[in-house]
Amino acid sequence: MRQNKKLKNIGIFLLFGGPTLIIFSAVIVIPFIFGLYLTFTNWSVATGDSTFVGLSNYFEVFTDKDFLTSFWFTIKYVIACLIFANLIAFFIALALTSKINGQGLLRTGFFTPNLIGGIVLGYLWQTLFSQVLPYLGDQYGWGIFEKSWLGDPDKAFWALVVASVWQLVGYLVIIYMAGFASVPKEVIEASSIDGANYFQILRKIILPLTIPSIIICFFLTITRAFLAYDINLSLTDGGPYNSTEMVSYHIVQKAFLSNDYGAGQAQAIVLFMAVALIAITQTYILKKREVEA
Amino acid sequence: MVKNSNSLLAISKSIALYITLFIFLVPFIIVVMNSFKATQHFIESPFSLPKSLNFSNYVDAFQSMNFMQGIFNSLLLTVGSIIVIVFFSAMTAYLFARFKWRINKILFFTILSSMALPFQVLMIPLVILYGEMDLLNMRPTLMFMYVGFGLPLGVFTFHGFIKGIPYELEEAAFMEGSSRLRTFFVVVFPLLKPVMVTLIILEVLIIWNDYLLASLILQSPELRTLPLSVFNFFSSYSVDYAPLMAGLLMAMIPVLILYLVLQKHIIQGITDGALK
Repeated sequence: MRQNKKLKNIGIFLLFGGPTLIIFSAVIVIPFIFGLYLTFTNWSVATGDSTFVGLSNYFEVFTDKDFLTSFWFTIKYVIACLIFANLIAFFIALALTSKINGQGLLRTGFFTPNLIGGIVLGYLWQTLFSQVLPYLGDQYGWGIFEKSWLGDPDKAFWALVVASVWQLVGYLVIIYMAGFASVPKEVIEASSIDGANYFQILRKIILPLTIPSIIICFFLTITRAFLAYDINLSLTDGGPYNSTEMVSYHIVQKAFLSNDYGAGQAQAIVLFMAVALIAITQTYILKKREVEA
Repeated sequence: MVKNSNSLLAISKSIALYITLFIFLVPFIIVVMNSFKATQHFIESPFSLPKSLNFSNYVDAFQSMNFMQGIFNSLLLTVGSIIVIVFFSAMTAYLFARFKWRINKILFFTILSSMALPFQVLMIPLVILYGEMDLLNMRPTLMFMYVGFGLPLGVFTFHGFIKGIPYELEEAAFMEGSSRLRTFFVVVFPLLKPVMVTLIILEVLIIWNDYLLASLILQSPELRTLPLSVFNFFSSYSVDYAPLMAGLLMAMIPVLILYLVLQKHIIQGITDGALK
């Protein structure tokens, strides 16, 4: 009887869990472990050989100048996206949370850029930056637009930020709105009766109470911006003069164009560690400021 | 007086919001307007209205992008992967939610933790391993990978929901002699609809818009998904902007239609997805 029950349980386990576990192992677990192994070898597809090289791929990560440049560039990009996307989204969401005609329409509209993939989005902005904005500069003498932003390393950075923020904002607006909705109206009313002005309410009440939303939005912005690839490829393609290569772009090049798999994988692991570390740290820091209504 | 100033504030807020929205949508408006012009006309005056509704750019883009092929491949991969994700992850979530064995707890935790892994960590090993097995450049391989990447989110989403379904419903079915599998599909599965919608929406956006994985797995032109077609179209056309803009719009239209139909669900799905 007990034997029977055990057999039945194994049957259930295999039936309900089997397919998932097989696919999960084949796509995630095995590649992840193989990836770790890969970082200790100088794997070459052409010859099929894989000599053990110890930690040298990891040392190479920190001596590869191009990687460090792309890493620093990515950090700046993450910070810029973090600041601008969250500020804009925060205030749009704040304005949208009060009774506004067409709230749904506005929210829908702001979210639209999120539906398009990075490739289409990047080419859309490439067209704008290379043709439409220089036209404005020409016609109205707006110096800032006179030359295409994509031809200048500093401005190409901002082109990436603008396009990314444009996409991120709608997403963050939705999350911030959900956060504001959870701030109890009585608390705001009580403090306004007590004579607090709008900015005091915003700073002392709304902001602390929406920290959970801020944590989520920061987390999403950091991870998405850190790992951005499509938009980098389609908007600037790393140019001009490789000045806008981000980490993912660099890794793809390293692995699939230079066939340097071990080093590329080591860089991917370092990228993963960096993103995880930064995302967890910000959550930890902000969590301490969390308060309950 | 107080009321007056309040409504004035409300009106100015509305106006500010609509202006901001307009600025947000300007890129779309420019692309729509210029997709009907000749490239020369676009370069000379990108802000003027088109003189007529000329669809020749669309015809041009439709053919050069091999649009039908792209949309067919994208649909096949998206729909196929999502069906498999929904079934397998629902079953596994059920297993984890109803049988609190040690092994299940360990596996559930492992699957959840894998969601923290960025794709970049897995892409190189995937290409090498599946390349060694000669499985690259095939649609089923890509679909298999989409399923693998989608399952954890599915298991996570369904697990939380199944825990909230009272077990009595299933017990009644067992009394009548229904098997575990039958009970799952007849009693539990239909109840999952609300979270299923959320999961499907999130996965549609991920798989439909994926470029990087698809570009690493598929090489043959006839296998290209929509993002790959767009990439290829832009790399080969590069200066002829008018057809390019028509192509961009055509690539956006399928998701935009889906969005218009499912708007409420999409926003809800995104909120739920993000808050978890």
